[in-house]
Amino acid sequence: MSTSTRAIAGTRPGPSADSTNRGALRRTKLRLSSPWATVGAIVIAVIWTIPSFGLLVTSFRPPADITTSGWWTAFVNPQFTLANYVNTLNFNDTITVGQSFVNSLVITIPATVFPITLALLAAYAFAWIDFKGKDWLFIAVFAMQVVPLQMALVPLLSMYSNGLTIFGTQIFPGLNLNSLTSTYAEVWISHTIFALPLAVFILHNSVSAIPRDVIEAAKVDGAGHGQTFFRIVLPLSMPAIASFAIFQFLWVWNDLLVATVFAPGANAPITKLLTDLSGTYGQQWYLLSAGTFLAIIVPLIVFFALQRFFVRGLLAGATKG
Amino acid sequence: MSAFFSWLAGLPPLAQIPVVIVAFGIVMVLVVFFIEVAPRSGRGYSIMRLCVAIGVPLAVLLILGIEAGAFWVLIIAAILGGGLFWLDYRARGGSGYVIQLFAFLSPALLLLLIGLVYPAVQTFVNAFRSNDGTHFVGLDNFVWVFSGGSTGLIAFINTIVWVIIAPVFATGIGLLYAVFVDRSRGEKVLKVFIFMPVAISLVGASIIFKFFFDYTQDPQIGLLNQVVEWFGGTPVAWLQNYPLNMVMLIIILIWTQTGFAMVLLSSAIKGVPTEQVEAAELDGTNAWQRFWNVTVPGIRPTIIVVWITISIVSLKVYDIIAATTGGQNDSTVLGYEMVKQFEILPPQAGHSAALALLIFILVTPFIWYNARNLKRQREE
Repeated sequence: MSTSTRAIAGTRPGPSADSTNRGALRRTKLRLSSPWATVGAIVIAVIWTIPSFGLLVTSFRPPADITTSGWWTAFVNPQFTLANYVNTLNFNDTITVGQSFVNSLVITIPATVFPITLALLAAYAFAWIDFKGKDWLFIAVFAMQVVPLQMALVPLLSMYSNGLTIFGTQIFPGLNLNSLTSTYAEVWISHTIFALPLAVFILHNSVSAIPRDVIEAAKVDGAGHGQTFFRIVLPLSMPAIASFAIFQFLWVWNDLLVATVFAPGANAPITKLLTDLSGTYGQQWYLLSAGTFLAIIVPLIVFFALQRFFVRGLLAGATKG
Repeated sequence: MSAFFSWLAGLPPLAQIPVVIVAFGIVMVLVVFFIEVAPRSGRGYSIMRLCVAIGVPLAVLLILGIEAGAFWVLIIAAILGGGLFWLDYRARGGSGYVIQLFAFLSPALLLLLIGLVYPAVQTFVNAFRSNDGTHFVGLDNFVWVFSGGSTGLIAFINTIVWVIIAPVFATGIGLLYAVFVDRSRGEKVLKVFIFMPVAISLVGASIIFKFFFDYTQDPQIGLLNQVVEWFGGTPVAWLQNYPLNMVMLIIILIWTQTGFAMVLLSSAIKGVPTEQVEAAELDGTNAWQRFWNVTVPGIRPTIIVVWITISIVSLKVYDIIAATTGGQNDSTVLGYEMVKQFEILPPQAGHSAALALLIFILVTPFIWYNARNLKRQREE
């Protein structure tokens, strides 16, 4: 185990080489930096931030002020309150906004754990077990990314309620969950399935990058596939697992399409409820502004806390959906 | 399985998280345990393999909820399990090999087969069937999409416009910003401002911009119309008239995608050798020439990847339309219209499937090209 970690760590440049390199980079950069570029960047940054900033300020203003004056006037006549957030959390449409926030969590956490676990198992087999037609099967899984979610939604929905019948033979009778109000099973299963092609591909990249010597050393020591999987592949793939987990977490949290089809009722996540509120209460900005920031606070926390993994996961999963 | 989920649905929402994850974990630990002990030799392990080979198909059949005809279920399980056991016995990799392979691969592959391959084929078939799914209608659904006056046609045209406009601006501004921050102080902080929208959901972005575009009689509360008034113009209802509403919605997508483009392009720019830039500088080129003749050729593959990625996102747009206009006043796109067609009453399943198939046809070349491009990059 320890040799393998060292083998992988050894491929990175040592700390001293890294810091001299960075020092040289910084010197070149300072020489090349130009005040005009800085001004240009700041102008774009300001334009990019104003819309969100405006809604953020609005979410702290009293409802009467929001409808009678622009948010920019709040700097002349500052009046701020937390009441919008309290009222919005308890605002009841089909469910309260607070409940939909909880629903988002309940949907997102299992829908991140399931696909990664299943994909890691498959990735291991594709990387370290030899069998006939392996390459062909792997390409088939990879190619499934071509299928847009829109192709799968309607038949999947009917399968959950009516089951699956092929040539008159019932293969699967359906989940029979229609009468239940707060079941998340259909959303979990759908997100798990939709994540699999990409997850298998990404995790395969990292699992197959483990040096062959390490796997073979474990074999010689008498480890079977199960032990190799748990004690070598799982710990060594942690960085890839972490970045994909963050990507999948954000993808599911921010999703609206899958939620609209599979979680329309009492189990709707906050994105779905906000969309409904925006249609029904489109001018109630105290409600929509606070609700929007409740919905984006979780992704922003993830973004600031785990920035490095976040970028890596995002790049890997860019084309999903 | 449905019994388990029914029971689960009765628990408080937050309590469902640990329960379902622990249940899933137990199943996974069992799977890995069998993987580990499967290849061991000895009569006891052989009997266990036989039990697993028959027991797992049986369990799957029961989990799928096929309780009717227990006799047949048992027969099918015995045939499947017997076959599996025989294959395993004869496997070149030794006994236990096939069972291990099955345990590793079948959960993911089975789900993909049931949840993605079969539905995609079904949608393909539905695209050529009537809206109630009873009979074959040939190309009628596509005739509906492309006939004048249908929402399908306007959705198709708009989607094409989205794919043309959004990637150009997102990539262009992203590149511009990447070049700017590369040459300015405080790069990391400046990057955060552009990158943050990437983390925000499209729903959140849509509502942020809906407020920014807000149109009222005096006084204005939406900043855009206030700016228009400050410059002496009259306020505009940005989201009401076609094609202005479409352009405004595309701006929302550009706003979210620019940060993604910027991060990729910025790291590509850092990969362009400094010596090349310095050599060009010594040759007396100006900044623009250096950018156009050294930087851009150096990051060309990344530009293509970014461009295609944003094109694919534009093709599948759903959230922005749903959270703003609801597709009214001709602002609809394929991704949104597809969902709307099966949600209206009676559901127009044929139309919906035809629209989904169109998205598939439009997306495929982009993804194919992207995969090829990525592969070539990796080989270099």
